[in-house]
Amino acid sequence: MGARELADHQTVFTGVGAPMLATALAQRTHAPHLTMVVEGGIIGPHWKPGWLPISTNEMRAAYRAQALPAITDVFLLAQRGFLDVGFIGGAQIDPYGNLNTTVIGDYDRPRVRLPGSGGANDIISLCRQVIILTVHERRRFVAKVDFVTSPGHLGGGDARERSGLLFGAVSRVVTTLGVFDFEPESRRMRLAAVHPGVTVDDVRASTGFEFPVAEPLRTTAPPTEDELRLLRELDPARQFLG
Amino acid sequence: MGAIDREVDFRAARRRLEAKAKSAGEKLATLEAAVARVADGSHVAFGGCLYSRTPLALIWALLRRRPRGLTISRNLMCYEGEWCMVAGAVEKVVTSWMGIGLPWGLSRIVREYVESGRVPIEEWSHLALGLRYRAAAMGVPFVPALTMLGSDLMGVGGAKTVTCPYTGATLHAVPALFPDVALLHVQRADRFGNCQIDGYPHMDADIARAATTVLVTTEEIVDEDEIRRHPDRTVIPGFIVDALVPVPYGAYPHECYGRYDAEVAHFSEYVAAIEARGAAAVAEYLERFVYGPATHAEYLERFGAAALADADRRGHELTT
Repeated sequence: MGARELADHQTVFTGVGAPMLATALAQRTHAPHLTMVVEGGIIGPHWKPGWLPISTNEMRAAYRAQALPAITDVFLLAQRGFLDVGFIGGAQIDPYGNLNTTVIGDYDRPRVRLPGSGGANDIISLCRQVIILTVHERRRFVAKVDFVTSPGHLGGGDARERSGLLFGAVSRVVTTLGVFDFEPESRRMRLAAVHPGVTVDDVRASTGFEFPVAEPLRTTAPPTEDELRLLRELDPARQFLG
Repeated sequence: MGAIDREVDFRAARRRLEAKAKSAGEKLATLEAAVARVADGSHVAFGGCLYSRTPLALIWALLRRRPRGLTISRNLMCYEGEWCMVAGAVEKVVTSWMGIGLPWGLSRIVREYVESGRVPIEEWSHLALGLRYRAAAMGVPFVPALTMLGSDLMGVGGAKTVTCPYTGATLHAVPALFPDVALLHVQRADRFGNCQIDGYPHMDADIARAATTVLVTTEEIVDEDEIRRHPDRTVIPGFIVDALVPVPYGAYPHECYGRYDAEVAHFSEYVAAIEARGAAAVAEYLERFVYGPATHAEYLERFGAAALADADRRGHELTT
């Protein structure tokens, strides 16, 4: 479903894991002119099926790349405004699309120390629009994150702009149950679509906060035979397909 | 004076650089002689990224000296950071991310050391840490940026904002990070320390310029004429480098672009041992791989020639 959020001719800053697979799928279906950009300092790779990278900083991620700039410079392309879409995986997420990958509990003496931002903060701060791809679980969708590692709409309204983040924002959250967008005024998450067979109550049961439902609520189209075949080719070991 | 004050002190950093020789002469040294330049309490920056072109041979040699009180920084810290924690070598880790990668889950060692308050992690975003090295490489105390603003990361490492004197915009004044020592691994250099890197450059060129002392290992020493034939490929000029050590497989079992692939099965074994026995497994690993072998060549022998050849084959397949 994530792949369908991407359009042809876009530049996409792709995070590790499922977003990589979805971007590679988009490249092979409706978006042949999409340029994939990866945080290791990689522009325009064309990954080999069965050889998907497991990190953003390894030779598999650079396979058949067009350019290999330094890491700082690849992020500066996003700061300059060259990146249409940031596409990253999930973590603890709140109704404003703020992400936590740093700590559960207190920063100095955390209950759980998570791995940290990596490039997620930069991707979410600097790309024109940001799509978050995540498993939909109640423990992930919380009313308030313990630590804002990567800023969504912060406290809502114009809080993001007021912090100095003038460009871009989280626009979609694609989950295993459906798709959220954000209300234009409050910038709170709104259920825009559910996957076939999923009800609004199913989504509520897996979400730790209240959310409005778009009128009309869309139902996403199931994956086509072609998409499924390509996904299996790209990820035969099911590293990312789950 | 807090750590950040020393790290951003561009005047002192400039004086340190002015005081040292910036020679065009030979830089060849042994691993032992190179790491002898790392004083306890230093800030040591590691080049490469995650399990790519990590200066593992230098870290191997450094840990054998049983250093104390180090601050280590790296953009994405892999398990070499865990070694430093368990070896009792570090006081603080500065990074944007620490672990091995998605398939290996959260680092149990990071959890144990950070959650107990033994070793703090000072977290920056990936770009912000890159800009910290770049500001230092530029010789200035900060560079303005649009990243990290609004996030709780602003409250962790002492980051401040600045109002743009031209537009009035709020900008992140990303503070410089001048490390005392840089540890880097490259594919090729001449004996004068002119270094060339194949594949992705990561942040090594900035780190080399940011640090006071630069220690480099290289897969191979090439003739001066070869460097002079392709000077456009030289990313670290020789006068920046203090010590250069030829160490084939100097990043192994991490990958080195165009040369050898990473040994992900080895990472899985390492993590499985930690799952079973916790930090004791890292201590055992250090005995077996770091303190045990008398030379780096002996360290490589513990992996075996067949494993090295296979890593070579995969590395070439991925880049040709």
